[in-house]
Amino acid sequence: MRTPLDRLRDSLLGVWSVGAVVFLFVPIFVIVLFSFNDNQGRFNFTWQGFTLRHWADPFGVEGLQQAFVTSIGLAALTTVIAVILGVCVALALVRHRWRGRGATGGLVFLPLATPEVVLGAALLGWFLTLGFIRGFVTLVIAHVMFTLGYVVITIRARLEGMDVHIEEAAMDLGANQLTTLRKITLPLLAPGIAAASLLSFAISIDDFVVSNFNAGQTVTFPLFVYGASRQGVPPQVNVIATAMLLFVILLMFVNLGFQRRAARRQNRELEPTPALGL
Amino acid sequence: MSETDVALRGLTKRFGDMVAVDNIDLDIPRGGFFALLGPSGCGKTTTLRMIGGFEEPTAGTIELAGKEITQQPPHKRDVNTVFQSYALFPHMTVAENVAFGLERKRVDKAERKQRVAEALDLVELGPLASRRPAQMSGGQQQRVALARALVNRPRALLLDEPLGALDLRLRKQLQLELSQIQRDVGITFIHVTHDQEEAMTMADTIAVMRDGRIDQLGTATELYEHPRTAFVANFLGNSNLVDAEVISSSGRYAEVDADGGARLKVPANAVAAAQSPQIRIGVRPEKMTLEAGNGQQLDGDSNALLGRIVDAAYIGLATQYVVHTEGGADLQIFVQNSSSRTSGLDEGDRVVARWDPEHTFVVEREEQHAG
Ligand SMILES: Nc1ncnc2c1ncn2[C@@H]1O[C@H](COP(=O)(O)OP(=O)(O)O)[C@@H](O)[C@H]1O
Ligand SMILES: [Mg+2]
Repeated sequence: MRTPLDRLRDSLLGVWSVGAVVFLFVPIFVIVLFSFNDNQGRFNFTWQGFTLRHWADPFGVEGLQQAFVTSIGLAALTTVIAVILGVCVALALVRHRWRGRGATGGLVFLPLATPEVVLGAALLGWFLTLGFIRGFVTLVIAHVMFTLGYVVITIRARLEGMDVHIEEAAMDLGANQLTTLRKITLPLLAPGIAAASLLSFAISIDDFVVSNFNAGQTVTFPLFVYGASRQGVPPQVNVIATAMLLFVILLMFVNLGFQRRAARRQNRELEPTPALGL
Repeated sequence: MSETDVALRGLTKRFGDMVAVDNIDLDIPRGGFFALLGPSGCGKTTTLRMIGGFEEPTAGTIELAGKEITQQPPHKRDVNTVFQSYALFPHMTVAENVAFGLERKRVDKAERKQRVAEALDLVELGPLASRRPAQMSGGQQQRVALARALVNRPRALLLDEPLGALDLRLRKQLQLELSQIQRDVGITFIHVTHDQEEAMTMADTIAVMRDGRIDQLGTATELYEHPRTAFVANFLGNSNLVDAEVISSSGRYAEVDADGGARLKVPANAVAAAQSPQIRIGVRPEKMTLEAGNGQQLDGDSNALLGRIVDAAYIGLATQYVVHTEGGADLQIFVQNSSSRTSGLDEGDRVVARWDPEHTFVVEREEQHAG
C-alpha cells in the first residue's frame, strides 16, 4: 500500500538525485562549454560567444604542448614500472610465505593513507638529502611510489580470487615456474593488470601536490594549469581537458561493449546441448 | 600386477604441531585401481599432494617405479593429478587444456593433435573441443580434467575426490566410467575418497586411512568380510561388535565367551592374530537371521544370542531390527523381505539371533577406546 508519505519520499528522492547529478556535472559542463568560448584577453570566465578557434589550435599556448607530452610520458612510464613492481609484490604477498609478509602487506598501503602534502614534502626531503637533481626522474620515482599501492590492491584482489590449484595443475602437467607464470598466472591476471594500469595512469596524470614538490624544472600538465591560472587559464586548457574527458568516455564504452559481448557469448553457449546433456 | 609403482616409506607430514600424515608405509601395485579411503581430515589429500610434489614431506621418502622422487619438483614427476576443483585453465579451450601437458613435453604438433583427439574421445567430449571450461557442466569439466591428465600417459594418475562435487546420479555413472577407463588405459590410478561405497565399487585395493595412518589395506571383500579394527568394521558398512574372551582354541574354531556368558565360535585363524585373549568379535547385520524363541532349541552348529526385539523398521528391501541381547548389547539385524519366514516378528518378541561362525570377525579390543 502506497501512502502519501511514500509518494512524498519518492519525489523527494528524485529531486535529491537530480540535484546530486547537477552538482557533480555542472563544473565539468562549464569546462567543456568554455573550450568554445570566444574570449577576448587573458581571462576565460565570462561567456562571449561561440568559436572553434581553440579547438583548431589546441597547443597554441606557449608550453602547453610540452607539459601535455611530459604528463603523458610520465603517466605511461609510471604505469609500466608500477604495474611490473605491483604484480611482483602481489604475487609475493599472496602466493608465498616469508618473514615480514604481513608487515609488507600493511605497509604497501601506507602511501594511500598518507596525506599527499606529507608524502610530497617527505620525498623532497629525501631527494635533497641524497643530492638528486629534481626533474623527470624524481617525478617518476614519486609517482611510482604513490600508485604502487593501488596496483597491489587491485592485482592482489584478483590473485586471491584465483584457484591456486590452477597453477598447481600447470606444474603438474610439466610447466616449470616461469612457464606457469607466463602461460597461466599472467593471462589470468590480465583483467586485473588492465584495471591497475588504467588506475595508475589516471592517478599519475592528474597528480599535482606531490609533483609540485618534486618536479624541479619539469612542467606537467597540472603544474602548467596551476601556473597559468595566475594570469588566467587559456581556453586551450579546457580543450585538452575536454579531449581527455572524451577519451575516457570512449574507453568506458569500449570496455562496456567488450563486457556485453563476452556476457552474450557466455549465455549463448551455456544453453544445454541435448546430445550431451550432462 | 605385483610390481610396485608408488612406494611410500615412513612418509610423514606435520603442519606445525599437527601431524597430518603419520609415518605411512605403502606399496601401490602397478596398473591397478587403488583407493585411499578415510573420513574428512584424515590426511588423504596431504598424502596425494606429497606424491604429486605439492607438499614437501617432513620425513620419509616417495618412490615412483623404483626411483626416489621425494625431492623432485612437480613438473619433473611422471604423475598427473585430477584436482577436486578440476583446476581447468579458464582462458583456454578444452582442446588447449588437454594439449597443455604435451606442449610442455614438446610432442610434435601432428602427434599432439591426434593424442588430444583420442583423449577427448575416451571421455566422450570430442564435439566440445573448442569450448571454454566455463561453458560446461560439472560432469563435463570433470571429464576434461581426466583427459588433460591421461593424455600424458603418466606412470600414475592421482585423483583427489574427483567425483565429490557431482550429484549422486552422475557420480554413480562416472564411477563406472572411471573404472572402465582405468581398465582400458592400464595406468595406475590412486583415487582419494571419503565415500566407502565409491571405493568398494571402483578399487582393486583399498587403504583405509584414519588420523594420518593406514588402518588396513586389502580388497573390498577382505575389508568387508575381515575388518581388523572397529573403525574399519564401522566405516565400511555396519557392524555388530561385542567384547569377548577366548576360552579355548582347537581345530577350526576357537571358543569365546561373549555377551555375558554366551559361548560363540570364531574362526581360529582370526583369533590367532589377536594379541590377548581379550578381543572384540563382530558380525555384519545382514549375515544374521532371526527366529522366535527363548533358546530352548540352541544347537552347536551356529552362533546364537538370545534377546528381545526393541525396534523393527520396514525399509522395503529389508526389515531392520534392533535386538537387545541378554548380555546388554544392541544388535542390528537386516532381514531380507524375500521370504515370509520372519514376518510375524515384532517389537517386544523374544528372539534368537543366529549366524554362521565363519562370518564372525575379530577386531582389537583397544580400538574401542581409541579415537
Ligand atoms: N596447508 C595446511 N596447513 C595446515 N594444516 C593443514 C594444511 N593442509 C592440511 N592440513 C590439515 O591436515 C589434516 C589432513 O588434511 P587433508 O590431507 O586435507 O585431509 P583429507 O584430504 O583426508 O580430508 C587436516 O586436519 C587439515 O586441517
Ligand atoms: Mg581432501
